[in-house]
Amino acid sequence: MANKTEISADQAALFQFLLRMGDNTLVLGHRVSEWCGHAPVLEEDIALANTALDLIGQTQLWLGLAGEVEGQGRDADALAFLRDIWDFRNVLMLELPNGDFGQTIMRQFLYDAWSSVMLGRLIKSGDPRIAEIAEKVSKEVAYHVERSADTVVGLGDGTSESHARMQAALDYLYPYVGEMFLSDATDAAMVSAGLGPDPASLRDEYDLLVGKVLDKATLTLPDGSYTHKGGRTGAMHTEHLGHLLTSMQWLQRAYPNSQW
Amino acid sequence: MNNEWPLWEIFIRGQHGLSHRHVGSLHAPDAEMAIKNARDVYTRRNEGVSIWVVEAKHIAATAPGDKGPLYEPSESKVYRHPTFFDIPDEVGSM
Repeated sequence: MANKTEISADQAALFQFLLRMGDNTLVLGHRVSEWCGHAPVLEEDIALANTALDLIGQTQLWLGLAGEVEGQGRDADALAFLRDIWDFRNVLMLELPNGDFGQTIMRQFLYDAWSSVMLGRLIKSGDPRIAEIAEKVSKEVAYHVERSADTVVGLGDGTSESHARMQAALDYLYPYVGEMFLSDATDAAMVSAGLGPDPASLRDEYDLLVGKVLDKATLTLPDGSYTHKGGRTGAMHTEHLGHLLTSMQWLQRAYPNSQW
Repeated sequence: MNNEWPLWEIFIRGQHGLSHRHVGSLHAPDAEMAIKNARDVYTRRNEGVSIWVVEAKHIAATAPGDKGPLYEPSESKVYRHPTFFDIPDEVGSM
């Protein structure tokens, strides 16, 4: 981003916003793809691979638009494969290792729920390019959240073993949820330009949706309001993102511009 | 307790106007998840507009050993085939 001065303040905020959207789907998509060939049953294996592919597809749209807005000639591939840790803007929850299957599904649900609420707002964005992407991907996200919610309920309200694992997953992941609702100057710029919502304003709808599902799943939200943060602002990432990028970016780094 | 999910037979209708066709089977804990799994396993390439699932144990089937009594009597009754009519091309598939 050596020539950042060439893009106006508004465009810079929009670029950051698009990186946040695209890095969320990119990092989660990569994490979910790690299950390919390893899921507990064939049906879940294919379902997770489908979800991962959907998320990578969403990444192409968000990061593609980000590159366009930035205007420095970087396309979605360049943004995905040639940036380093400090330039990523995904929330921390999505870069955490998968853990067991239950933890993966719990994270998926906690993200899908946010994504479905967020996209519902972005459909009304003043930027037709954003509205168009939101409209397009909200259909598959509606399926994702339905599927992950059902699986959370099935496992939460399942055997004592599956219940304990889902409760442990929720206890571990919930302190990361708050980051999705933190607002900063980038968000304020998006709000005042009429391009996107204030993340904090999504919280009530999110809590209602998540609360309903966790209730059916007989799971209990942990106490405490501490929130791990830093990913979406770029202030800090966990140690795990570097390892993820090492694996994800290896080919383009070792063999620049290679194609197949 | 049986730890295996039951087996479901999956039927998918490819396009409006054609009937559901058996495409395969899969495992799922209940009918709703069977439909979701069928969506993920069998409609990844835009194959369907409608999915039916039925638990395999609910399908009553003929036994291979009954083949003779069941099917052979019809072999010699060529007049049961409507091959003696000329069917206009415009009728399409029947």
